[in-house]
Amino acid sequence: MDKQVILDAQQFDLTLTRLCHELIEQHSDFSNTVLIGLQPRGIHVVKRLRDKLSKILEISPICGNLDITFYRDDFRRREKPIIPSVTNIDFSIENKQVILIDDVLFTGRTIRSGLDALLTFGRPTMVQLLVLIDRRFNRDLPIQADYIGKSVDTLHDEKVKVSWFEVDGEDKVELYMKDSNE
Amino acid sequence: MNSLSVLHLTGIRDLTPADIEMIFKTADSFKDVINRPIKKVPSLRDITIANLFFENSTRTRLSFELAAKRLSADVVNFTASNSSVKKGETLIDTVNNILSMKVDMVVIRHASPGAARFLTKHIPAKVINAGDGTHEHPTQALLDAYSIREKLGSVEGKKVAIIGDILHSRVALSNIYCLQKLGAEVMVCGPSTLIPKYIDSLNVKVSHNLLEALQWCDVANMLRIQLERQDIAYFPSLKDYAAQFGLSQELLDGLDKKIVIMHPGPINRGVEIASEVADGEQSIILNQVENGVAIRMAVIYLLASQIER
Repeated sequence: MDKQVILDAQQFDLTLTRLCHELIEQHSDFSNTVLIGLQPRGIHVVKRLRDKLSKILEISPICGNLDITFYRDDFRRREKPIIPSVTNIDFSIENKQVILIDDVLFTGRTIRSGLDALLTFGRPTMVQLLVLIDRRFNRDLPIQADYIGKSVDTLHDEKVKVSWFEVDGEDKVELYMKDSNE
Repeated sequence: MNSLSVLHLTGIRDLTPADIEMIFKTADSFKDVINRPIKKVPSLRDITIANLFFENSTRTRLSFELAAKRLSADVVNFTASNSSVKKGETLIDTVNNILSMKVDMVVIRHASPGAARFLTKHIPAKVINAGDGTHEHPTQALLDAYSIREKLGSVEGKKVAIIGDILHSRVALSNIYCLQKLGAEVMVCGPSTLIPKYIDSLNVKVSHNLLEALQWCDVANMLRIQLERQDIAYFPSLKDYAAQFGLSQELLDGLDKKIVIMHPGPINRGVEIASEVADGEQSIILNQVENGVAIRMAVIYLLASQIER
């Protein structure tokens, strides 16, 4: 099955820039707002957004990484145990506005785990969700994003792959069937 | 490699260095968790763990119980002193009775060497050895090595002296296996009556002189004299033992380097270790206790991930 490019490098950059402006619209100078990326792939979105925001605003928003391994609901339903990544939240989220960030929103189960994991750190005044790609009509849980890079309609057995220049050598988003030779 | 190479934890001897590294890595994450405001994760909501302690223990039982609870598992505790064991029930009968109440994992401490391994062959639950007689105490060795790694950056190439009652110590044997698998050099030190006869087969240095051991090592792990296991006199008196093998502040200050002091507990202050040393800045005894919970969480988590539903 052919891969279908959803976002190429240029569109990718435009999308991230647009998301930044949407964030600024609601959070102005980020004085009471923190960005938290979900491990392992959401942290790349956070890094890019932070770089862009600090160029636009000339201040760098507070950012953290959150690992949700121990909060998943599919523990022991997977073939292999999942080895956790690093959680790196060295600031208080008490009474902050938190923007939870991931690359792809699919069934919503990761975000559900993310909310549980997040709340063990304190009680934010508000949590919003930002995703680069929203796979519409595939939700298992009633979870929707507040900021969306691009919405795509996909079949359940298709896969969306987000590549990052830092790790994969190229910025792009592709859609392909799960069983193709990737 | 994403899974432990063993199905139960009966001894360090069965583990590969990669297993130990995986346990340490997982423990890092749990150490992070237990320092958060909410020290609990929901991973093992559907798991029930029985702590079967046929021998006395405070620290280890508490540590296992806390580890299980912080993973959201249900825990039942059993101590032999107030049980049917006193009425003549066999080990397998006791355990099978508990298992028929749908327990997924058993943590066992028993006076007989091999008790944990024996259980793995007869019951369908996961087994973790929390000390079997004078044989092994794997989670203690893991947390000791983990504490060394935390304090000194790594275990590889470090010189560790295990000092005291080696003969009756399961901590010593597990520690020797664990440290050697991680590339450390090990020396045991104690009166010749308390060094096992076949110590040569373990490929460790042996010393009967405390000062010599201290001068050689980077880390000194002080062991308690296990009077409850000693049926004959192995040394003239405790006072005499303390004079020859007790770690005092003067001895430490006389060394040309700062070594790390460890003790698996319970401490006999004034016997194997002086109070000021146990509470001093070189001691990581309380770090060991904290790390014990993280290590036990990691072991329980990794073994539980193998259970199929």
